Amino acid sequence: MPTMRRTRTSPRTSRPTARRTPRLTAVAVVVTGLALTATACGGTSADQAKNEAKNKHLGLALSYDVGGRGDQSFNDAAYSGMVKADKAFGYKSAAQEPTEGETDADKVARLTSLARSGYNPVIGVGFAYAPAVKAAAAKYPKTTFGIIDDSTIHAKNVADLVFSEEQGSYLAGVAAAKATRTKTVGFVGGVDVPLIHKFEAGYVQGVHDTDPKVKVVKQYLTETAQEGGFSSPDKGRTAAEGELEKGADVVYHAAGLSGQGVIEACAKAKKFAIGVDSDQYKQKPLAPYKDYILTSATKDVGRAVYELAKSVHDGKPLSGVTRFDLKAGGVGVTDTNPEYGRIPGLAAAVEKAKQGIIDGSITVATKP
Amino acid sequence: MAIDMKKKFALDKERLLLGVAGPVIALVTAVVLTSVVLLASGKSPVEPYSIMFTQATYSDVQVLIINQAGMYYLAALAVAIGFRMNLFNIGVDGQYRLAAVVAAIVGAKVALPGILQIPLLILVAMLTGAMWAGIAGLLKVTRGVSEVVATIMLNSIASSLIGYLYLPSVFGVQVGNNKTTGTMHKSGWFPGINMGEAGEIYGFVVIAALLGVAYWFVLNRTRFGFDLRATGASESAAAASGVDAKRMLLTAMLVSGALAGLAGLPLLLGDTHTYSLTFPTTIGFQGITIALLGRNSPVGIAFAALLISWLEKASAALDLQGYDKEIAVIMQGIITIAVVVSYEAVRVWGQRRQQRRVGIELAIAAGENTSELKKEVAA
Repeated sequence: MPTMRRTRTSPRTSRPTARRTPRLTAVAVVVTGLALTATACGGTSADQAKNEAKNKHLGLALSYDVGGRGDQSFNDAAYSGMVKADKAFGYKSAAQEPTEGETDADKVARLTSLARSGYNPVIGVGFAYAPAVKAAAAKYPKTTFGIIDDSTIHAKNVADLVFSEEQGSYLAGVAAAKATRTKTVGFVGGVDVPLIHKFEAGYVQGVHDTDPKVKVVKQYLTETAQEGGFSSPDKGRTAAEGELEKGADVVYHAAGLSGQGVIEACAKAKKFAIGVDSDQYKQKPLAPYKDYILTSATKDVGRAVYELAKSVHDGKPLSGVTRFDLKAGGVGVTDTNPEYGRIPGLAAAVEKAKQGIIDGSITVATKP
Repeated sequence: MAIDMKKKFALDKERLLLGVAGPVIALVTAVVLTSVVLLASGKSPVEPYSIMFTQATYSDVQVLIINQAGMYYLAALAVAIGFRMNLFNIGVDGQYRLAAVVAAIVGAKVALPGILQIPLLILVAMLTGAMWAGIAGLLKVTRGVSEVVATIMLNSIASSLIGYLYLPSVFGVQVGNNKTTGTMHKSGWFPGINMGEAGEIYGFVVIAALLGVAYWFVLNRTRFGFDLRATGASESAAAASGVDAKRMLLTAMLVSGALAGLAGLPLLLGDTHTYSLTFPTTIGFQGITIALLGRNSPVGIAFAALLISWLEKASAALDLQGYDKEIAVIMQGIITIAVVVSYEAVRVWGQRRQQRRVGIELAIAAGENTSELKKEVAA
């Protein structure tokens, strides 16, 4: 005998619906209540960690930017600084990766968990950590926090580590203008953000100051980092191929891991690429293409990490803005590829521009 | 009568069992396969779970889980309402981001008292989400464009549009190297539930829970909900019984988009108070997983949202203990696949049992009828 209730069942789920309202509400109330009481009762993970490690100093801690370890670029550079500090001071440092789509609250949780575990300094790699570093630094005033690429957080225990990327990129622009035969050079930016605009601005200015007739073709890979602008070699390859088709014969990339695609595309077309952040001529994964890596515009994130760790080790932690510019050796270009010396006038022009920037006769713009 | 009750009770129990079997099978499969991966890489197949369970007992981690689950819940409801209508709204991701950015801009430019400001921001977010989803809906009803394709493309367009909206020359304010929409006026900040040391639960999470009840009510207790489910089950059958399928389709898309528009608000109104480069993306895609896992039911989705947030938040601690926290990503992936397979398997199994039982009942009924008939003839 079919009961009356069967006639009311929904067409898809055949779920009886009568007399469900109070039960559903009850379930909702119970679940919410449980969640809230559980939250109210349990100790925080901070209490737990305090019991485990009482003021044991373990070393420095890195919290990576999107892409994490193995990006052959920004994060790996930070890692190299950590390795150096471990060797110099016998540290057992730690590094953590971000989760896709995480919020500032997650970043705060990560930084504070590192601080209370006994790591000092705790460094947020990338400007995305700015609000999180501010919050964590207020919670742990005895720990020194570092933030790379941001100078907006001012606190006694926060060190803002910033770079003059436009100056290194200017030198890359000079080199590109000297090396091009087609009078066209390319630029590939990872993500269309102010930080990468600095690379573009310096590069374009360097090109035009050297040879006003040289055309620069530019492309950004994505609008946001989450879409993979810094982590998609395939996107970099496509962009570089497009620029090569437009006649560019030197392509500079500021695109993190995506830059591998740029370098690969250039090498296959037997054109020059210019690397970024570390000396990409020396990187193992890029060894097959290294002859075509003319130079790299370096940004010594590793040194910034190491210097902050050293300052903490010496008992005089850095505080406020520390700028790593051309003069301080924080940015520059590399001459490891023999091709760099073979192109007539290139090395001399770069050297001259370098002196100009250091003595102040050349000012490099930070916005395109 | 007593036999009838007993039978009904058994039916209810079986239905419950079948309902629970799907997710349980999926979870067990995920745990087993993840353990195999751990074993294959020479690591303890048990310790990561115990670390993650311990994490869930810490109140600060619980706050993170609940806050994230609130956002996932809204996104999943948006996806679920589409699913009930046989619509696949992949565009929740673009819809909530665009809605959040527009709400953030309005919140920074307009300063009304809180009692008006917060409803205004909620309304703005819902309208923006609905509008963005409505484009896909309109394309579908007028030109027959698949909503899957349209919403994926709209996600990309939303990214570009957001990139334009927070240019410093448009509505943006640059803070250091970050692009933001400027800080919203305080009257638009949604008060949270202070949990002391553990942090603060976004007040908007309560609204998310209430919307779950509303979702259930509208779908199961109103004419609109019935029409929606009917159209989702069979468009032609619904049309035959007088439902305007095209109108239903457009309405469902608009409602889905409006709900999606809310998904970013817990964070925007409760914490960041600005939309910036670091505003989380991919909440909409997680919403799809969660809606699938929760079988489009408001209670199921709530548990699924908590499960996925737990995996995300508790796995963060693995990194420091020598495990890769990508274990949680592997688990999420396996759960998603396993859940689809196990639901289908359980459904087929349940259907067979039902058919068999109905067959038996019919046979008995037929037997009774014939014997009655014989009696009548004899009389």
